[in-house]
Amino acid sequence: MASFIEEFKFVFIEGKRYAYIMNGLKVTIGVSLAAVLVGVALGLLLAIMKMTEVRKGKKTVLSVFAGIYIDVIRGTPSVLQLLIMYFLVFKSQMGIAAAVLSFGINSSAYVAEIIRAGIMAVDNGQMEAGRSLGLSYGLTMRYIIIPQAIKNILPALGNEFILLIKETSILGYIAIYDLTKAANYITTRTYRLFLPLIGSAVIYYAITKLLSMLMARLERRLRESDRR
Amino acid sequence: MIDVRGLKKSFGNLEVLKGVDTHVEKGECVCIIGPSGSGKSTFLRCLNLLEEPTGGDIVIDGERVLVKDCNIDGLRLKVGMVFQHFNLFPHLTILDNLILAPVKLKLMTEDEAKEKAMQLLERVGVADKADCYPAMLSGGQKQRVAIARALTLSPKIMLFDEPTSALDPEMVGEVLEVMKQLAKDGMTMLVVTHEMGFAREAADRVLFIDEGIIAEEGTPEELFSSPKRERTKSFLSKVL
Repeated sequence: MASFIEEFKFVFIEGKRYAYIMNGLKVTIGVSLAAVLVGVALGLLLAIMKMTEVRKGKKTVLSVFAGIYIDVIRGTPSVLQLLIMYFLVFKSQMGIAAAVLSFGINSSAYVAEIIRAGIMAVDNGQMEAGRSLGLSYGLTMRYIIIPQAIKNILPALGNEFILLIKETSILGYIAIYDLTKAANYITTRTYRLFLPLIGSAVIYYAITKLLSMLMARLERRLRESDRR
Repeated sequence: MIDVRGLKKSFGNLEVLKGVDTHVEKGECVCIIGPSGSGKSTFLRCLNLLEEPTGGDIVIDGERVLVKDCNIDGLRLKVGMVFQHFNLFPHLTILDNLILAPVKLKLMTEDEAKEKAMQLLERVGVADKADCYPAMLSGGQKQRVAIARALTLSPKIMLFDEPTSALDPEMVGEVLEVMKQLAKDGMTMLVVTHEMGFAREAADRVLFIDEGIIAEEGTPEELFSSPKRERTKSFLSKVL
């Protein structure tokens, strides 16, 4: 036990190496949060574009474009997307911005499908009932479909956020010091593998566990209105 | 009140309605019967444009509805609809189900809408459930609420699409009772139904739809007691 404390002090405290972990954590959370915002905004837009097809009953320019976009993003590795964004699009400048945009775009493809599926899962009879009462498509969406779809969407969206946090561990590829890169850096400085690697894994786990607990709670609250 | 000429509707290559002609007077209660898949529901859904007809002409309350510049949302205010599966909004209370459309469409203030909604709920006998959510109601209660919801907009015509088909047998009566009262009060009604007893009792006229056309029509006595066509006879012998 004493030797573990010694070891811990050496790895994290000495030379203020915990600061690397803290800064890395900030970058990981910051990039994830910003990327999820970009992802939800773009994803919503894509979902709306793709759903024009449902309303018109046939493919539209917008739905085809959104379909191809989602297909390409989901069909290529996120590491490559990050490298392409940073080296080719941003010309090796502004790493954080490139990362946020890259992860946001990546996430938007999944978010679009989550939102679309959540809306489609609401029984078609709800739309018909709304329209038969003289409400327009937009009003029916806003007051009848979306409030019900949110219950389908939020849990899956929380899941996507958790995935995104873990996904950002590839930030080191473009020389950004996130949590994983920080742990890696400490291993090279201290020649110790166990504590830096396991330590950062525990931090990732703690964040995602906290998030999934929050999501479970939210889900329970949303479901309560069904039971009343 | 309603004039339908040569109404046609196809889904892809499947022609469901092959030219329906009929006329419904103000205050008339018309029941539509026929085998499943014959196009009865499609016909009804064409009347408020939930299905877009592929041909023909419909005039409702003096207004041609299949022309480009027809205000479809405005038309639907005149034509209420009750669905087989109720389609109440599960996330809203019964009262909110009723007042959503009139309030959001700015046809009434919230207080006016609430007052009217309570009167209607009283009329269909579920006023005590106003603050409940749909999930807490029985099927019969849900369908009566759905009827009240359609009535909040004071429609001139009410369409019923198999309103009792999804109900437990002991709840059918209470819904039919509300509909009979509505017919008695002079509402123009079109009812797709399998309840021959209701058709016999409440209908002014019965349409027998088969294979996308009105195969036979007449007063309930004419149609049920002395059907002229073989097809009508064989259908009625199966359901009566």
